[in-house]
Amino acid sequence: MTGPRGQAGRRAAGGQGGPDPSRAQLRPVGEHEYDPADDMVIRPFLLTGGRTRPVQEGLRVETLVHARPRSATAVLRFEHQQIVQLCREPTSLAEISAALRVPFGVARVLVSDLVADGSVVVTEREELSIQLIERIRDRVRAL
Amino acid sequence: MSALYDRTTSTTVAPVSVKIVISGGFGVGKTTFVGSISEIEPLLTEADMTDESVGVDNRDPVPGKVTTTVALDFGRISLDETLRLYLFGTPGQDRYAFLWDDLVEGALGAVVLLDTQRIEDCFPAIDYFEEHRVPFLVAVNHFQDTRQFELAEVREALGVDDLVPLVPCDARRRDSVKGVLVALTEEVLARRLAEQAAVF
Repeated sequence: MTGPRGQAGRRAAGGQGGPDPSRAQLRPVGEHEYDPADDMVIRPFLLTGGRTRPVQEGLRVETLVHARPRSATAVLRFEHQQIVQLCREPTSLAEISAALRVPFGVARVLVSDLVADGSVVVTEREELSIQLIERIRDRVRAL
Repeated sequence: MSALYDRTTSTTVAPVSVKIVISGGFGVGKTTFVGSISEIEPLLTEADMTDESVGVDNRDPVPGKVTTTVALDFGRISLDETLRLYLFGTPGQDRYAFLWDDLVEGALGAVVLLDTQRIEDCFPAIDYFEEHRVPFLVAVNHFQDTRQFELAEVREALGVDDLVPLVPCDARRRDSVKGVLVALTEEVLARRLAEQAAVF
Protein backbone atom coordinates (compact mmCIF):
# COMPACT_ATOMS: atom_id res chain seq x y z
CA MET A 1 0.00 0.00 0.00
CA THR A 2 1.13 3.47 -0.70
CA GLY A 3 0.65 5.70 2.31
CA PRO A 4 -1.18 8.88 1.32
CA ARG A 5 0.71 10.90 3.92
CA GLY A 6 4.08 9.75 2.73
CA GLN A 7 3.17 10.15 -0.91
CA ALA A 8 1.96 13.69 -0.36
CA GLY A 9 5.14 14.45 1.58
CA ARG A 10 7.28 13.05 -1.19
CA ARG A 11 5.56 15.07 -3.88
CA ALA A 12 5.60 18.25 -1.85
CA ALA A 13 9.20 18.13 -0.69
CA GLY A 14 12.14 19.45 -2.66
CA GLY A 15 15.45 17.88 -1.74
CA GLN A 16 18.62 17.60 -3.74
CA GLY A 17 18.62 13.94 -4.59
CA GLY A 18 17.94 14.31 -8.27
CA PRO A 19 16.63 16.30 -11.14
CA ASP A 20 13.27 17.95 -10.89
CA PRO A 21 11.35 16.78 -13.98
CA SER A 22 9.08 19.81 -14.02
CA ARG A 23 12.08 22.10 -14.13
CA ALA A 24 13.75 19.99 -16.76
CA GLN A 25 10.76 20.44 -19.02
CA LEU A 26 10.98 24.19 -18.68
CA ARG A 27 14.57 24.19 -19.80
CA PRO A 28 15.01 22.32 -23.08
CA VAL A 29 18.50 21.19 -24.03
CA GLY A 30 20.60 24.03 -25.37
CA GLU A 31 18.51 26.78 -23.84
CA HIS A 32 20.13 27.10 -20.44
CA GLU A 33 20.31 30.44 -18.78
CA TYR A 34 23.86 31.71 -18.50
CA ASP A 35 25.61 30.58 -15.38
CA PRO A 36 29.33 31.39 -15.06
CA ALA A 37 29.89 28.00 -13.45
CA ASP A 38 28.82 26.34 -16.69
CA ASP A 39 32.06 27.51 -18.27
CA MET A 40 33.90 24.66 -16.60
CA VAL A 41 31.68 22.29 -18.50
CA ILE A 42 31.71 24.12 -21.81
CA ARG A 43 35.40 24.95 -22.06
CA PRO A 44 36.64 21.36 -22.41
CA PHE A 45 34.62 21.01 -25.59
CA LEU A 46 37.38 23.01 -27.30
CA LEU A 47 39.06 19.59 -27.50
CA THR A 48 36.25 18.37 -29.69
CA GLY A 49 36.11 21.46 -31.90
CA GLY A 50 32.92 22.44 -30.16
CA ARG A 51 31.14 19.18 -30.98
CA THR A 52 29.04 17.86 -28.15
CA ARG A 53 27.32 15.00 -29.96
CA PRO A 54 29.30 11.87 -30.75
CA VAL A 55 29.27 10.54 -34.32
CA GLN A 56 28.79 7.08 -32.86
CA GLU A 57 25.54 6.47 -31.01
CA GLY A 58 25.10 4.17 -28.06
CA LEU A 59 28.27 5.02 -26.14
CA ARG A 60 27.51 4.83 -22.45
CA VAL A 61 29.53 5.62 -19.35
CA GLU A 62 30.14 1.89 -18.82
CA THR A 63 30.86 1.04 -22.47
CA LEU A 64 34.23 -0.70 -22.76
CA VAL A 65 36.69 0.64 -25.30
CA HIS A 66 39.51 -1.49 -26.66
CA ALA A 67 42.33 -0.31 -28.92
CA ARG A 68 43.15 -2.29 -32.01
CA PRO A 69 46.63 -3.79 -31.59
CA ARG A 70 48.48 -1.77 -34.17
CA SER A 71 46.64 1.50 -34.09
CA ALA A 72 48.94 4.14 -35.57
CA THR A 73 48.97 6.49 -32.62
CA ALA A 74 51.65 8.70 -34.17
CA VAL A 75 49.17 10.35 -36.49
CA LEU A 76 46.63 11.00 -33.74
CA ARG A 77 46.09 14.13 -31.74
CA PHE A 78 47.30 14.13 -28.17
CA GLU A 79 44.02 13.25 -26.45
CA HIS A 80 43.19 10.58 -29.01
CA GLN A 81 46.64 9.11 -28.53
CA GLN A 82 46.13 9.02 -24.77
CA ILE A 83 42.87 7.16 -25.20
CA VAL A 84 44.38 4.55 -27.52
CA GLN A 85 47.20 3.94 -25.07
CA LEU A 86 44.80 3.71 -22.15
CA CYS A 87 42.66 1.22 -24.03
CA ARG A 88 45.35 -1.40 -24.60
CA GLU A 89 43.20 -3.09 -21.98
CA PRO A 90 39.43 -2.72 -22.30
CA THR A 91 38.59 0.51 -20.46
CA SER A 92 35.23 2.10 -19.75
CA LEU A 93 34.31 5.52 -21.06
CA ALA A 94 33.97 6.73 -17.48
CA GLU A 95 37.54 5.65 -16.71
CA ILE A 96 38.80 7.35 -19.88
CA SER A 97 37.01 10.53 -18.85
CA ALA A 98 38.55 10.41 -15.38
CA ALA A 99 42.05 9.61 -16.66
CA LEU A 100 42.03 12.43 -19.20
CA ARG A 101 40.34 14.76 -16.72
CA VAL A 102 37.73 15.76 -19.24
CA PRO A 103 33.95 15.65 -18.82
CA PHE A 104 32.23 12.49 -19.91
CA GLY A 105 30.60 14.27 -22.85
CA VAL A 106 34.01 15.23 -24.20
CA ALA A 107 35.42 11.72 -23.76
CA ARG A 108 32.43 10.34 -25.61
CA VAL A 109 33.01 12.56 -28.63
CA LEU A 110 36.73 11.73 -28.70
CA VAL A 111 36.08 7.99 -28.44
CA SER A 112 33.49 8.14 -31.17
CA ASP A 113 36.13 9.75 -33.44
CA LEU A 114 38.41 6.79 -32.74
CA VAL A 115 35.64 4.29 -33.42
CA ALA A 116 34.96 6.05 -36.71
CA ASP A 117 38.59 5.87 -37.86
CA GLY A 118 38.96 2.29 -36.67
CA SER A 119 41.55 2.90 -33.95
CA VAL A 120 39.35 1.40 -31.25
CA VAL A 121 36.41 -0.94 -30.99
CA VAL A 122 33.69 -0.87 -28.38
CA THR A 123 31.81 -3.74 -26.83
CA GLU A 124 28.21 -3.62 -27.85
CA ARG A 125 25.71 -3.23 -25.07
CA GLU A 126 24.81 -6.56 -23.60
CA GLU A 127 21.23 -7.69 -23.32
CA LEU A 128 20.43 -8.02 -19.61
CA SER A 129 19.27 -11.61 -19.84
CA ILE A 130 18.08 -13.54 -16.82
CA GLN A 131 21.18 -15.70 -17.12
CA LEU A 132 23.41 -12.62 -16.99
CA ILE A 133 21.56 -11.15 -13.99
CA GLU A 134 21.85 -14.47 -12.15
CA ARG A 135 25.54 -14.57 -12.96
CA ILE A 136 25.97 -11.05 -11.57
CA ARG A 137 24.09 -11.96 -8.39
CA ASP A 138 26.12 -15.10 -7.83
CA ARG A 139 29.43 -13.34 -8.47
CA VAL A 140 28.59 -10.44 -6.17
CA ARG A 141 27.56 -12.87 -3.46
CA ALA A 142 30.87 -14.69 -3.86
CA LEU A 143 32.95 -11.51 -3.53
CA MET B 1 28.28 -11.67 -28.40
CA SER B 2 29.08 -8.46 -30.16
CA ALA B 3 29.06 -7.54 -33.79
CA LEU B 4 31.10 -4.42 -33.11
CA TYR B 5 33.79 -6.17 -31.16
CA ASP B 6 36.59 -7.38 -33.37
CA ARG B 7 37.70 -10.68 -31.92
CA THR B 8 41.03 -10.52 -33.73
CA THR B 9 42.11 -7.72 -31.39
CA SER B 10 42.37 -10.04 -28.47
CA THR B 11 42.89 -13.66 -27.65
CA THR B 12 40.60 -13.37 -24.65
CA VAL B 13 36.83 -13.07 -24.71
CA ALA B 14 35.60 -9.50 -24.80
CA PRO B 15 34.47 -8.44 -21.35
CA VAL B 16 30.91 -7.41 -20.62
CA SER B 17 30.19 -4.35 -18.49
CA VAL B 18 27.10 -3.75 -16.42
CA LYS B 19 26.29 -0.78 -14.21
CA ILE B 20 24.33 -0.11 -11.08
CA VAL B 21 23.41 3.43 -10.11
CA ILE B 22 23.88 4.60 -6.51
CA SER B 23 21.60 7.49 -5.70
CA GLY B 24 20.22 9.47 -2.80
CA GLY B 25 20.55 12.87 -1.23
CA PHE B 26 23.65 14.98 -0.94
CA GLY B 27 26.07 13.66 1.67
CA VAL B 28 24.14 10.47 2.36
CA GLY B 29 27.20 8.27 1.80
CA LYS B 30 27.16 7.36 -1.88
CA THR B 31 30.91 7.76 -2.29
CA THR B 32 31.49 5.73 0.88
CA PHE B 33 29.16 3.02 -0.43
CA VAL B 34 31.00 2.79 -3.75
CA GLY B 35 34.42 2.98 -2.05
CA SER B 36 33.59 0.11 0.30
CA ILE B 37 33.39 -2.41 -2.51
CA SER B 38 35.19 -0.90 -5.50
CA GLU B 39 38.53 -2.39 -6.51
CA ILE B 40 39.68 1.07 -7.55
CA GLU B 41 39.54 4.29 -5.58
CA PRO B 42 36.27 5.89 -6.62
CA LEU B 43 37.12 8.08 -9.56
CA LEU B 44 35.63 11.44 -10.18
CA THR B 45 34.85 12.92 -13.51
CA GLU B 46 32.91 15.87 -14.91
CA ALA B 47 33.67 18.40 -12.17
CA ASP B 48 35.59 18.88 -8.94
CA MET B 49 33.98 19.57 -5.65
CA THR B 50 33.26 23.25 -5.16
CA ASP B 51 34.38 25.09 -2.05
CA GLU B 52 30.77 25.69 -1.00
CA SER B 53 30.10 22.01 -0.64
CA VAL B 54 32.97 21.40 1.76
CA GLY B 55 31.42 20.99 5.15
CA VAL B 56 27.99 20.27 3.76
CA ASP B 57 29.06 16.80 2.80
CA ASN B 58 31.65 16.44 5.52
CA ARG B 59 29.72 13.73 7.29
CA ASP B 60 31.86 10.95 5.97
CA PRO B 61 33.24 8.93 8.88
CA VAL B 62 36.44 8.10 6.99
CA PRO B 63 39.05 10.50 8.38
CA GLY B 64 40.38 13.10 6.00
CA LYS B 65 38.16 11.97 3.18
CA VAL B 66 36.32 14.89 1.67
CA THR B 67 35.62 13.68 -1.84
CA THR B 68 31.98 13.83 -2.68
CA THR B 69 29.50 13.39 -5.48
CA VAL B 70 29.11 16.87 -6.81
CA ALA B 71 29.20 15.43 -10.28
CA LEU B 72 29.88 11.85 -11.13
CA ASP B 73 31.93 9.31 -9.26
CA PHE B 74 32.18 5.65 -9.84
CA GLY B 75 33.81 2.41 -8.85
CA ARG B 76 34.60 -0.87 -10.54
CA ILE B 77 34.28 -4.50 -9.53
CA SER B 78 35.67 -7.28 -11.73
CA LEU B 79 33.17 -10.05 -11.08
CA ASP B 80 35.09 -12.50 -13.22
CA GLU B 81 37.47 -12.35 -16.16
CA THR B 82 34.79 -11.29 -18.58
CA LEU B 83 32.27 -9.49 -16.41
CA ARG B 84 32.75 -6.03 -14.94
CA LEU B 85 30.33 -4.23 -12.70
CA TYR B 86 30.48 -0.44 -12.49
CA LEU B 87 28.86 1.53 -9.71
CA PHE B 88 27.94 5.11 -10.56
CA GLY B 89 27.01 7.65 -7.94
CA THR B 90 24.43 10.13 -9.17
CA PRO B 91 25.15 13.82 -8.95
CA GLY B 92 23.31 15.32 -6.04
CA GLN B 93 22.38 18.68 -7.41
CA ASP B 94 19.84 20.09 -9.77
CA ARG B 95 22.46 21.60 -12.02
CA TYR B 96 23.66 18.14 -13.03
CA ALA B 97 20.23 16.88 -13.96
CA PHE B 98 21.33 16.53 -17.58
CA LEU B 99 23.72 13.75 -16.53
CA TRP B 100 21.03 11.54 -15.06
CA ASP B 101 19.74 10.10 -18.32
CA ASP B 102 23.27 9.20 -19.43
CA LEU B 103 23.97 7.55 -16.11
CA VAL B 104 20.77 5.62 -15.75
CA GLU B 105 20.19 4.44 -19.33
CA GLY B 106 20.84 0.74 -19.54
CA ALA B 107 21.48 0.32 -15.82
CA LEU B 108 20.74 -3.04 -14.22
CA GLY B 109 19.06 -1.16 -11.38
CA ALA B 110 19.52 1.49 -8.75
CA VAL B 111 20.20 1.75 -5.04
CA VAL B 112 18.60 4.72 -3.29
CA LEU B 113 20.61 5.46 -0.16
CA LEU B 114 18.58 7.05 2.58
CA ASP B 115 19.54 9.04 5.64
CA THR B 116 16.77 8.75 8.23
CA GLN B 117 17.42 12.30 9.40
CA ARG B 118 16.79 13.68 5.93
CA ILE B 119 14.37 11.27 4.33
CA GLU B 120 13.00 13.89 1.94
CA ASP B 121 16.42 14.23 0.27
CA CYS B 122 15.91 10.97 -1.60
CA PHE B 123 12.42 11.79 -2.95
CA PRO B 124 13.64 13.15 -6.29
CA ALA B 125 15.69 9.99 -6.89
CA ILE B 126 12.75 7.71 -6.08
CA ASP B 127 10.49 9.79 -8.32
CA TYR B 128 13.01 9.54 -11.14
CA PHE B 129 13.41 5.75 -10.93
CA GLU B 130 9.68 5.18 -10.62
CA GLU B 131 9.02 7.40 -13.61
CA HIS B 132 11.69 5.73 -15.73
CA ARG B 133 10.72 2.24 -14.55
CA VAL B 134 14.21 1.47 -13.29
CA PRO B 135 14.27 -1.39 -10.77
CA PHE B 136 15.46 0.00 -7.44
CA LEU B 137 15.60 -0.62 -3.73
CA VAL B 138 15.97 1.72 -0.80
CA ALA B 139 18.96 1.13 1.47
CA VAL B 140 18.65 2.81 4.86
CA ASN B 141 22.13 3.94 5.75
CA HIS B 142 22.79 4.02 9.48
CA PHE B 143 25.30 6.58 10.55
CA GLN B 144 26.83 6.42 13.98
CA ASP B 145 24.69 8.07 16.64
CA THR B 146 21.68 8.10 14.37
CA ARG B 147 18.47 6.84 15.88
CA GLN B 148 17.60 3.52 14.30
CA PHE B 149 14.24 4.04 12.71
CA GLU B 150 11.94 1.16 12.28
CA LEU B 151 11.96 0.23 8.60
CA ALA B 152 8.16 0.32 8.60
CA GLU B 153 8.22 3.93 9.75
CA VAL B 154 10.63 4.78 6.99
CA ARG B 155 8.46 3.06 4.43
CA GLU B 156 5.44 5.05 5.52
CA ALA B 157 7.38 8.30 5.33
CA LEU B 158 8.65 7.38 1.87
CA GLY B 159 5.30 6.46 0.43
CA VAL B 160 6.79 3.74 -1.73
CA ASP B 161 5.01 0.61 -2.84
CA ASP B 162 5.26 -2.38 -0.51
CA LEU B 163 6.95 -4.20 -3.36
CA VAL B 164 9.95 -1.88 -3.26
CA PRO B 165 12.56 -3.59 -1.08
CA LEU B 166 13.74 -1.62 1.93
CA VAL B 167 16.99 -2.88 3.42
CA PRO B 168 19.27 -1.70 6.21
CA CYS B 169 22.79 -0.80 5.21
CA ASP B 170 26.11 0.39 6.56
CA ALA B 171 27.84 2.02 3.62
CA ARG B 172 31.21 1.74 5.38
CA ARG B 173 31.07 -2.04 5.56
CA ARG B 174 31.91 -4.10 2.52
CA ASP B 175 29.75 -7.07 3.48
CA SER B 176 26.79 -4.77 4.06
CA VAL B 177 27.25 -3.08 0.66
CA LYS B 178 27.59 -6.51 -0.92
CA GLY B 179 24.32 -7.58 0.69
CA VAL B 180 22.56 -4.51 -0.74
CA LEU B 181 23.83 -5.28 -4.25
CA VAL B 182 22.73 -8.92 -3.99
CA ALA B 183 19.30 -7.75 -2.79
CA LEU B 184 19.08 -5.43 -5.79
CA THR B 185 19.93 -8.17 -8.29
CA GLU B 186 17.30 -10.36 -6.61
CA GLU B 187 14.80 -7.55 -7.08
CA VAL B 188 15.74 -7.16 -10.75
CA LEU B 189 15.37 -10.92 -11.24
CA ALA B 190 12.01 -11.00 -9.48
CA ARG B 191 10.72 -8.17 -11.66
CA ARG B 192 11.98 -9.84 -14.81
CA LEU B 193 10.40 -13.18 -13.92
CA ALA B 194 7.13 -11.44 -13.08
CA GLU B 195 7.17 -9.71 -16.49
CA GLN B 196 7.76 -13.06 -18.18
CA ALA B 197 4.91 -14.64 -16.24
CA ALA B 198 2.64 -11.79 -17.32
CA VAL B 199 3.46 -12.42 -20.99
CA PHE B 200 2.65 -16.12 -20.94
